Amino acid sequence: MELLLIFISAAIVNNFVLAYFLGICPFIGVSNKVSSAFSMGMATTFVMTIASIVTWIIYYLILQPFHLEYLQTVSFILVIASLVQFVEMFIKKVSRPLYRALGIFLPLITTNCAIMGLALFSITREYNFYQGIIFAVGAGVGFTLAISLMAGIREELELAEIPGPFRGAPITLIVAGIMALAFSGFAGMI
Amino acid sequence: MKKQWTLTQDFLKGFWEQNPIFVQVLGMCPTLAVTVSAINGIAMALATTFVLVCASLLISMIRKLIPTQVRIASFIVVIATFVTIVDLVMQARFPGLSKALGPFVPLIVVNCLVLGRQEAFASKNNPLRSVLDALGMGIGFLMALFVLGSIRELLASRTILGYQVLPDAFTPWLVMILPAGAFLTLGLLMGTANWNAMRQKRNAEQAVLDRYRKTTASSV
Repeated sequence: MELLLIFISAAIVNNFVLAYFLGICPFIGVSNKVSSAFSMGMATTFVMTIASIVTWIIYYLILQPFHLEYLQTVSFILVIASLVQFVEMFIKKVSRPLYRALGIFLPLITTNCAIMGLALFSITREYNFYQGIIFAVGAGVGFTLAISLMAGIREELELAEIPGPFRGAPITLIVAGIMALAFSGFAGMI
Repeated sequence: MKKQWTLTQDFLKGFWEQNPIFVQVLGMCPTLAVTVSAINGIAMALATTFVLVCASLLISMIRKLIPTQVRIASFIVVIATFVTIVDLVMQARFPGLSKALGPFVPLIVVNCLVLGRQEAFASKNNPLRSVLDALGMGIGFLMALFVLGSIRELLASRTILGYQVLPDAFTPWLVMILPAGAFLTLGLLMGTANWNAMRQKRNAEQAVLDRYRKTTASSV
């Protein structure tokens, strides 16, 4: 039950993109087409889940016993960077079209604050191992949901008559604002 | 003369022409998250600028020693080191601010702006130019965060930097504290900046056209 609550809270109520502003760069950059947005979301979810497992192990089994907590930022980012490299090689091998679609944004998962933020959040909230994994999956699902919804809206926006200066990033931000308002309606759920 | 001009240009371009927020759309996460009040925005921008300047200086000094294949990883280690310094100093000296900014101080390490400048500028230029570039970008970032923070603080609690500006009769807009307020304000600001840039470009084109017409008319 508690795990379910953590999942729903991370995926919908406290959506990473719309409530914590984590992962805004890919949210604006890769949300042109639903298909690539969805695969970006899946890649992020995958990296998030592995990252949460690895960072948990590093923090509680290495950093804490040796009182090296101040190395948290450095060690987490290194682990995440090498993980992303691994995922990139994996996708390149398995699916060429997917690799081409995600293009420059795959290496940028490294600097996707959602992943680093997730690792930091699960440490500050003192989640245990399983809670951490569920939290990561929930956050990933929430990210995928938000970025896919946004891509769907933006595909329609292509046909709309938007005033020139507002095309591109500005209208995306305004749409995200309205989405955030809608998502804040879930606040009473938990 | 030419050299001096490039240096000024390196410094000034971050202010407006290549403003990290409004034009390059980099480093959005902290921008949106911490600008609930103007003071938070300033603190965040100063911390980011410190990291940006130190990392640019160091990386431009060792740029010839770093093999291209592992450059991103090396940049990240350098950035993470300075971020840890900032984080620890803030926890010790400004516990209140550190609490208000929360996980967003360690998250400077994944700010695309910082890594982006290392990749695009510091790894290719000498230390002086890199530091000027970093300072300019930092100031541009500071201005954007201050404007955004002030607008949100003003409309949400009638104050700027804690001083009351709007009269009590003004009903505070609760939405401005919520995440939605951040997205909407930044979207509108960015649109306005684009509109201004487009207008200037149109005016400049018009001026060139006018001059051309005048010369052709006089020659005929």
